Amino acid sequence: MIRAALSALLLTGAGAALAQSAEAPPGAAACSGCHAISKSVETPAPRLLGREPADVVAAMLAFKSGARPATIMDRIAKGFNEDEIRAIAAWYGAQKD
Amino acid sequence: MTDRRTSRRDALKWLGGAAGSALAAPALAQGAAGTVIVIGGGFGGAGCARALKKLNPALSVTLIEANAVFTACPFSNGVIAGLRDLKEQQFGYEGIARDGVKMIFQAAAGVDPQARNVTLADGTRLAYDRLVLSPGIDLRWDALPGYTEAASERMPHAWKAGAQTLLLRRQLESMEDGGLVVMSAPANPFRCPPGPYERASLIAYYLKTKKPKSKLIVLDAKDAFSKQRLFQNAWKELYPAHLEWVSLSAGGKVTAADAAGLTLTTDFGSHKGAVVNVIPPQKAGAIAALAGAADRTGWCPVEPVAFTSTLQPGIHVIGDAAVMGAMPKSAFSANAQAKVCAAAIVRLLAGTAPAEPRLINTCYSVVAPDYGITVAGVYKPNNGVLVDVEGAGGVSPLEAPASTRAQEAAYAEGWFKTIGAETFG
Ligand SMILES: Cc1cc2nc3c(=O)[nH]c(=O)nc-3n(C[C@H](O)[C@H](O)[C@H](O)COP(=O)(O)OP(=O)(O)OC[C@H]3O[C@@H](n4cnc5c(N)ncnc54)[C@H](O)[C@@H]3O)c2cc1C
Ligand code: HEC
Repeated sequence: MIRAALSALLLTGAGAALAQSAEAPPGAAACSGCHAISKSVETPAPRLLGREPADVVAAMLAFKSGARPATIMDRIAKGFNEDEIRAIAAWYGAQKD
Repeated sequence: MTDRRTSRRDALKWLGGAAGSALAAPALAQGAAGTVIVIGGGFGGAGCARALKKLNPALSVTLIEANAVFTACPFSNGVIAGLRDLKEQQFGYEGIARDGVKMIFQAAAGVDPQARNVTLADGTRLAYDRLVLSPGIDLRWDALPGYTEAASERMPHAWKAGAQTLLLRRQLESMEDGGLVVMSAPANPFRCPPGPYERASLIAYYLKTKKPKSKLIVLDAKDAFSKQRLFQNAWKELYPAHLEWVSLSAGGKVTAADAAGLTLTTDFGSHKGAVVNVIPPQKAGAIAALAGAADRTGWCPVEPVAFTSTLQPGIHVIGDAAVMGAMPKSAFSANAQAKVCAAAIVRLLAGTAPAEPRLINTCYSVVAPDYGITVAGVYKPNNGVLVDVEGAGGVSPLEAPASTRAQEAAYAEGWFKTIGAETFG
């Protein structure tokens, strides 16, 4: 229930402003172990900050179903349900560079 | 200010009553002030201090670290094999200080959990509202007869990166072609479960390319280890003549070390090496026991939401020092726990309940410069411990083309750069 409330909040316009400074939804903080927050890191893993949430959701669902091949993201995406993925995507989308 | 009167149970009750509006709570949005001290500026502690300041700039955050330069263990096996420079392992704390964290370069000598203060090596006393311990590991010099700190100058452990890493590298470099390398791996739990096997792989790589008449024997106190089949398949393929693994049941458990004779004794015999690398049993960094946060096993039990000690009030333990259920002791884990812990502390100081966390770990291992493998997991609290989220995680495929292994090796390097920047700025 809390999670649903959270994602609903994040998807509204008012939510976006809050998401900029607010604590990340469950799991989101761990993505940045591989997807750099800082622009200056040279890594083949693409950055997630400021990405269109719908694209991140689509990629995650494709990793989860196996439709999109991956070295690691299939194993990670399977740990999240669609609501959780939406909340994470919304939060990253709301982060400014 | 202090949150001492807000018990976890009260906070949870509060969350229930407020129907999940915790995020919108004014105290959290504005950031309630408070004083947090973090001991240990490694992947857990440095990451936590930064995250705390980022989540709530109003907090006073102090990071106590014994060394002005941090030397990272991940990828240090590459240094041993001559593939990297130790400098690439090193990080300063300028970025963290720039974020507004107060740095103190001293060892913490004691913690009084009742009075809530930390005593530094120079006797200074610092008060806190909440304390985070991320002291990493200490080696147990009492666990393997003959393996003392002095013995490690002849038989390096290289399980804390720095001078020991370079010592092992120099010993391999000065060994004659044909010399035998002996390594011992400990029983669980220990820092970086796949670490000994990555090291074995890269030493074998070094031998194969530089000392082809030499060989490595790994004496193991276990029959099973992380990513075992992936490692063993790779060894068969890449290092059939250069690496031999001796399991516990085949007599691999080392029972004594003789530094003068460069010999390790097992129940089945003894192994004299030209170079001997002992990875000894470990425990939480000493300050954890001094704070009363370590139990008889030498590690620190914590609850799985905010990682508060189950032994001492007001203390959180993260990283290698803590017992984290299904999560392995890795830099990736420590960093993920650091961010969860920081968010939980911000909430606790604001009088609200921490959110139920979801964590990820991924351990990359490189068995050759262009051959990477991984084990991953997603974790959540369940019945007081962190457990695997079912259906997620697991290891790289057993059968995969060389191009996949090469991709994972490239992602491994990318991960190290990312986690370095994430932790140290
Ligand atoms: C060979 C090897 C390879 C590894 N490879 C990987 C890998 O590929 N991926 C991965 O994720 N992990 C890897 N690891 C594991 C990783 O290094 C650890 O899990 C990680 O460092 C744990 O973080 P931590 O914060 O708990 O401890 P550390 O990073 O060790 O930090 C602890 C810090 O606390 C300080 N400290 C301790 N006591 C005090 C005190 N009393 N006062 C002040 N300061 C104190 C220490 O100086 C140190 O800087 C590897 C480890 C080894 C040995
Ligand atoms: C262990 C490292 C790692 C972690 C942790 C990780 N990722 Fe990834 N991510 C990758 C890699 C590597 C790729 C490239 C695909 C592959 O090989 O798996 C990728 C690809 C992606 C993509 C596709 C991007 C694009 O533009 O093609 C998305 C979206 C993504 N990850 C989201 C996430 C989210 C959300 C999380 C946290 C829940 C996360 N990742 C955690 C390593 C990681």
